[in-house]
Amino acid sequence: MPAKNIAFSARERSLIRTVTEAGPRTKLLIGALALVFGWGLYAYVYQLRHGLAATDMHEYALWGLYITNFVFFIGISHVGALMSAILRITHAEWRRPITRMAEVITFSALLFGAVMPIVDLGRPEHILNLLFHPNLQSPIVWDLLCIFTYLVGSSIFLYLPLIPDIALMRDGVQGLAGWRRVVYRVLSLNWQNTPAQHERLERAMGIMAVLIIPIAVAVHTVVAFIFSMTLRPGWNSTIFGPYFVAGALVSGAAAVMVAMAILRRVYHLEAYITLQHFRNLAILVFTFDLFYIYFNIAEYFTMGYKIEEGERALLLALMGGAYAPAFWLTQLGGLLLPAFLLLVPSLKPLRLLRGLRVLRPAALGLIVLLEGLTLIGPVRTVLAQSWITSAGPAPLLSVWVFVGLLGLLFISLLPLLHAHPIPTYVLAGLLIVVQAWIKRYLIVVPTLMNPLLPVEPAPLEWLRYNPTWVEWSITAGSLAGFVLVYVLFTKVFPIVSIWETRETPAPAGRPAAYEAGEAKA
Amino acid sequence: MDTVQRKQGEEKAVAEVQSPSRRRLLIALGTAGASALAAQAGILARPGQPAEAQSKASGARQWAMVIDLRRCEGCVTRGEPPGCTEACNREHFVPKGQAWIQVLRLEQPNGGSYFLPRLCMQCENAPCLKVCPVGATFRDAEGVILIDHRRCIGCRLCMAACPYGARFFNWGQPENPPGATFARYSPEYPVPHRRGTAEKCMLCAHRTADGKLPACVEGCPMLAIYLGDLNEDLATNGSEIVKLSRFLAENNAFRLMEELGTRPRVWYIPGHGQQYGHTLDDPREIKEARPWQELQGGDQGNGSGHGG
Repeated sequence: MPAKNIAFSARERSLIRTVTEAGPRTKLLIGALALVFGWGLYAYVYQLRHGLAATDMHEYALWGLYITNFVFFIGISHVGALMSAILRITHAEWRRPITRMAEVITFSALLFGAVMPIVDLGRPEHILNLLFHPNLQSPIVWDLLCIFTYLVGSSIFLYLPLIPDIALMRDGVQGLAGWRRVVYRVLSLNWQNTPAQHERLERAMGIMAVLIIPIAVAVHTVVAFIFSMTLRPGWNSTIFGPYFVAGALVSGAAAVMVAMAILRRVYHLEAYITLQHFRNLAILVFTFDLFYIYFNIAEYFTMGYKIEEGERALLLALMGGAYAPAFWLTQLGGLLLPAFLLLVPSLKPLRLLRGLRVLRPAALGLIVLLEGLTLIGPVRTVLAQSWITSAGPAPLLSVWVFVGLLGLLFISLLPLLHAHPIPTYVLAGLLIVVQAWIKRYLIVVPTLMNPLLPVEPAPLEWLRYNPTWVEWSITAGSLAGFVLVYVLFTKVFPIVSIWETRETPAPAGRPAAYEAGEAKA
Repeated sequence: MDTVQRKQGEEKAVAEVQSPSRRRLLIALGTAGASALAAQAGILARPGQPAEAQSKASGARQWAMVIDLRRCEGCVTRGEPPGCTEACNREHFVPKGQAWIQVLRLEQPNGGSYFLPRLCMQCENAPCLKVCPVGATFRDAEGVILIDHRRCIGCRLCMAACPYGARFFNWGQPENPPGATFARYSPEYPVPHRRGTAEKCMLCAHRTADGKLPACVEGCPMLAIYLGDLNEDLATNGSEIVKLSRFLAENNAFRLMEELGTRPRVWYIPGHGQQYGHTLDDPREIKEARPWQELQGGDQGNGSGHGG
């Protein structure tokens, strides 16, 4: 097919270069990700050979990292297509440059989310029994149906708006590698940019946008049902479906925000993605975050108020026992702190705190000084009797002094965060995503470790769960694979929709490419 | 429906393999019911919970179990590991680390501790059965929850769903007895054991089909465990026969975690082994049951020829 003469604007040319060209750093990244992914594959082969005995799972912690990853990935996948669909339906124009970025997260996370339960199976070689003998009463079969439907649906939803861009790549870019020409020719489905084709595409996209919303909600609801259809304390909850949906919304939206910032930085997409996009998305993440905090309160407060016998042990373990650091870290550091951070760039009075800059070295200095002093024997004995240090095995600053100094440091940093909104948003997003994984772990494992009818005396190995190298490797491999699929996608298809960003009232004097192309043809 | 068909086929297979004197126990129960206890039946025209099950019952037998905790002292006065667990281990070659019937030491709310053998409760509203994605867990015509290990994919949702912790998992390849590879597998007698599948007590379905009492009933030296039939309303521990509904009612029998609504078919009669002089403050611990590998050799009732 002869290349049509299609005019690309400067930002489009720059965007297309990110697709067709790969610098050494990109190659290094892809290589490193592939290596970690390969290592995960090796660990899985090892597990296939030795069975689940290669993991540390046992009759108490009968699910572990794999199911944690499963819920995490499904959660991350949740928002991409859903958000994009909602923004499309509501005609939010600012969505145009970011919908694809979000949808690819759905696609990639869903791939690995769907794989995780298979990795967790004791007999993966019998998985086809799910197709031959499905028991429709089982939440796992609901999951299978929903996740598969969502995977297909979100892939179509991702693919449809890609078609015109693939055709653009096919027709407008000279000197493409052979495989690219084949891929673009096949996947563009003979798109010729005719009005009839456009009309059909818009119709299909409209239908998919509507369809994808209930499917997305259903997916995470039935994932929650796997847990809440049991009688176990902590899972036996009526709000688990919406609770998981809320958790998925916040983690997924945070992931989109982080991905947006990274892509903008690495691929120099400043011409497409502006601060306003971050501000809009931050409002979304903030809203979801508050929703999720609300659900957490609804869940734990009602449980903790009544202290039913079965739930008592679980609550004690979560809030004051072995899981307490992780629990409070997720609640305070992973939900409350990000909610505040998301507001910081919009809080104008914070500029007034600029005078507190002196606090920064002071607080930091005090922490270092006091920690240092505790190392000197005589001073330590004096300090040990004071309120500044707590008498522990290794005398450190007392928790309250430490928290106070950290608080001072944080306050002094606020004007800095206010002045740099995008890094602040990314920090909040990262905190939320990390929180999401730990929170999934805290949903899966502690409940299993506190069964309704504990065995007394239980075998020692049932009382702890220390994931093995196999489990960590597969976890790392799946995370690397998730990023790898994303990176590879950006190397085959433009990560920003070219034809859709053209429709927005662009800076004047830029002819629409296809009009130029059609005129010549 | 598929399950029922499959089940029937396997029942036939089991019947072929096993001894011809299939209905010894059943006849014993039946005649006793007709004669000795017929008079009492009139008094207890309202049989309570069993009737509920009875109405649903489709098979000839609806197995139930009663464990008289007044007689269960965890085998500590004998100074031996629990007889029920060891008999079960020997019968089924139970993989190491599993205890299909496990004697738990539970705290009495008013101080002291008592023993409670926990096995599969054969729940009428079985949480494990509902959640199995491939229908590997099913209920046979006699109300026993079985697992078809050929179909199990090892997702462990049944274990997560079971509130009693009655299910175990073969994380690695479990050790099988020599010759087990030639054993004819059936869900009623799941040998050889397979890696990556869930396992549990199946009320010795292979033995009851053969007219024999479950291994734990026979293996309990204190005669604390009764096998019952809800249809006939009788139960026996191998030495005496009782009228099931009356036995339960008169002795304040309870079911574990009744409030969960699982409707187990295992009843417990409250107690702490007092019939054998075991006191609540007895500090003696349960001895760990030995796996089948250590129990082989010359002992009575081993495997009943199924393993070889």
